[in-house]
Amino acid sequence: MTEITSAIVAEHGLSPEEYERIKGLLGRAPNLVELGVFSVMWSEHCSYKSTRAHLRKLPTKAPWVIQGPGENAGVIDIGDGDACIFKMESHNHPSFIEPYQGAATGVGGIMRDVFTMGARPIAMMNALRFGEPDHPKTRHLVAGVVSGIGGYGNCMGVPTVGGEVNFHRSYNGNILVNAMCVGLARTDKIFLSAAKGAGNPVVYFGSKTGRDGIHGATMASAEFDDASEEKRPTVQVGDPFAEKLLLEATLELMATDAIIAIQDMGAAGLTSSSAEMGDKGGSGIELNLDHVPQREANMTAYEMLLSESQERMLAVLKPGREAEAERIFKKWELDFAVIGVTTDTGRLVIKHKGQVQADMPITALSDAAPVYERPFTHRAPAKGEPAYDKSRPVLASLEKTLAAPDMASRRWIWEQYDNSVMNDTQQHPGGDAAVVRVHGTKKALAITTDVTPRYCRADPLEGGKQAVAEACRNLNAVGATPLAATDNLNFGNPQKPEIMGEVIAGIDGIGEACRALDFPIISGNCSLYNETNGEGIFPTPAVGGVGLLKDASKMATIAFKREGDVVILIGETHGHLGQSIYLREIEGREEGASPPVDLAAEKKHGDFVRSLIEAGRVDTCHDLSDGGLLVAIAEMALPKGIGASVGQASIPHAIPFWFGEDQGRYLIAAPFAEAEKIVAEARAAYIPVAELGKTGGNEIVIDDKARIGVAKLRAAHEGWFPDFMKAEL
Amino acid sequence: MKSAVIVFPASNCDRDAKVALEEMTGQTPHMVWHQETELPDVDLVIIPGGFSYGDYLRCGAMASQSPVMRAVRTHADKGGAVLGICNGFQVLTESHLLPGALMRNAGLKFVCKPVALTVEESQSAFTRGYENGQTVTFPIAHGEGNYVADDETLDRLEGEGRVVFRYQANPNGSARDIAGILSEKRNVLGLMPHPERVVDPATGGSDGRALFKSLIEALS
Repeated sequence: MTEITSAIVAEHGLSPEEYERIKGLLGRAPNLVELGVFSVMWSEHCSYKSTRAHLRKLPTKAPWVIQGPGENAGVIDIGDGDACIFKMESHNHPSFIEPYQGAATGVGGIMRDVFTMGARPIAMMNALRFGEPDHPKTRHLVAGVVSGIGGYGNCMGVPTVGGEVNFHRSYNGNILVNAMCVGLARTDKIFLSAAKGAGNPVVYFGSKTGRDGIHGATMASAEFDDASEEKRPTVQVGDPFAEKLLLEATLELMATDAIIAIQDMGAAGLTSSSAEMGDKGGSGIELNLDHVPQREANMTAYEMLLSESQERMLAVLKPGREAEAERIFKKWELDFAVIGVTTDTGRLVIKHKGQVQADMPITALSDAAPVYERPFTHRAPAKGEPAYDKSRPVLASLEKTLAAPDMASRRWIWEQYDNSVMNDTQQHPGGDAAVVRVHGTKKALAITTDVTPRYCRADPLEGGKQAVAEACRNLNAVGATPLAATDNLNFGNPQKPEIMGEVIAGIDGIGEACRALDFPIISGNCSLYNETNGEGIFPTPAVGGVGLLKDASKMATIAFKREGDVVILIGETHGHLGQSIYLREIEGREEGASPPVDLAAEKKHGDFVRSLIEAGRVDTCHDLSDGGLLVAIAEMALPKGIGASVGQASIPHAIPFWFGEDQGRYLIAAPFAEAEKIVAEARAAYIPVAELGKTGGNEIVIDDKARIGVAKLRAAHEGWFPDFMKAEL
Repeated sequence: MKSAVIVFPASNCDRDAKVALEEMTGQTPHMVWHQETELPDVDLVIIPGGFSYGDYLRCGAMASQSPVMRAVRTHADKGGAVLGICNGFQVLTESHLLPGALMRNAGLKFVCKPVALTVEESQSAFTRGYENGQTVTFPIAHGEGNYVADDETLDRLEGEGRVVFRYQANPNGSARDIAGILSEKRNVLGLMPHPERVVDPATGGSDGRALFKSLIEALS
């Protein structure tokens, strides 16, 4: 037997203190198999050891929350016996090393998390961050990630309906690929992972186990360096056909009542799924690896336990139901095997070729995993009102801004995703939120993903708040009531006090906003160690929000629809240029304070706007975010080519007014009579409101003087991405 | 009109086809599993979009060898109507129920977007509800929709009025902008765009309704 040396411990990503702790828990030294199991279960990726203490502070409850964090995904009640199940998860490290497979398996993994709980996936979103456009790897990574997401999602027949993309040099060495899956189930048919009871068969189904992805979770818990390319063998390979079979077969099995508990095999594969099921059910699990369907010959216990081969599931069945389950998997031509049994010992016992290869108390793997209150320092938030050149012409800046890498149309990306399969997509990519009908009803779910990393870098607390506030705004803007969110916390190395400070402030900001906006976090994922050669990414706590439209026929979209509508601005405009797109793209500087978030105003303005849409009084609405007011007006003009003539009698400073990124604002457009009423109602409710002008023509006209054609803006907005990617081919 | 929808393991527009048929005919179609060797007594068979057996080989190549496709061929030989949409079109060319082949898109990428089509031929059971020259908008969603055939075949298709839909702005490199074609006996239609995704104005439009109405009129 291999002797466990300090070098082997270090190779497994465990500290000497952690190794001592393992010895204490076992009462002896672990063998190599056990060490491997501990290394993945105690990895940052699986144990959340740096963040767990802080994640507890997030609000996770509401009357409509059926299942909060801790299961494969969160569940909310959306009325009429329908449940919405969703989660967002990162696949950052593998996607940088092997973009197609990394992104594809990220999509597959998050889909499994959702259908494991009994839901049919109905929509996919993704939040992507790449390095600066000029970086030599960026195009290759964009092309690979996008085709990986499309390759997997398109085959699954689940529409990919939206997302967000940023480019920034802080991601040059660590791209972020966060995928979100939303599914639908019935509230009385939700499946959990607690393996309760002893003597029940543990069954394996799906694809065979191979040697791929061994130690993927450990890789995802470490920084990169120049040799990271050598980690390619730790990236898993996806097979969407197998996943499609697995989805249909799993849902078919779920239609019976044979399942006690079920869990997909994701990070750390068989190890993690069996330990988590035993842990949640308070039982033990004994596995005989001889029965595991294997793709390669002579696999060792160590390899089988740590393999991250994709498209596999583990379930505990009621005794005697194995044959019924096997019939279903045979129909779908998937492997099925009884590989173990639940016990009352509380231990995870692994047998292989007649020998006990591992025997560990399950609580040692889960509850006893270290929780670190890592030291932190809070960097002072960036401050100040940045200077700018007052003489720059506004409309030339608008044209340039609309073609900036972070602002240009993402059509090049989303045309590679099937966004209309399942025939329930009511709002396609390009709006504030995607809207997907609840099949067979008039209800619909609105879905968005948001975070503004440059704000988070300047001020992680306000940035965390802003991510949540913007997610709610995007939902309100289509007329959906924000219900709950999932978070994907992407940060650098938490062992650096300054990074840990960002993590804590980001979580605090998210928590504060979620409490104020009645928007609990019901699932999530942390991705730390996003660093290369000691350089960390901008803090990027992505928020995936879900809202409900009770009557989707009243949904609003961003497009101006009629000539002569009054353009109304809701919310206060101070002209905040700090950390704005304008400052970065036009002045070439990233500085100043990030915009402050007034959560009370967010709530009040959001409720006001949403009630107008729900009442069928407003069908045109857009939230104000990146780029500010004039960019939002242009984005509303682009879809149908209907322009607008806008202005304000007394603007002290034009540039901050048109391009400032003050929060809590919406634009709506409505016919004159309705608009007059809306303005009066807003004033009566002490909501800041301003009439900016009227829709019409095919130009954006400001102050009756300067004008620019919508077609010219469209060319700039649509042109950047295809031009940029041309060089890839 | 009685109808059936073929279900391969990775069909993924089977439900969309079923919902469209329910909406348009008021009747639920038979959903026929790929391992079946016989079809129920129906007027119309739809081969839906998706990835049939994963399509790691040429799209539709494995599906063309499936048990159910023998039954579909028998149905077609007897003059029964067959509608192949997207992957269904690929399966039909691989099965030689339609001439030509569907290659990788000229742009080498999957493309999903609404496209404008010209109805070239309203003299068919599938298109009698449209007018010649009419523009309709159906979405496409495919990576391999680039229709190719030799010039002789293309000339013949054109000459016999079997080119039914043509792209107004070619999205995939298809020869002569062809989006959909009829079989020689005009009872089999294959097309890459998705008419079943445009039967509901709330989700994309209603230009596909006339295709189903045409079939109901012709086959009932």
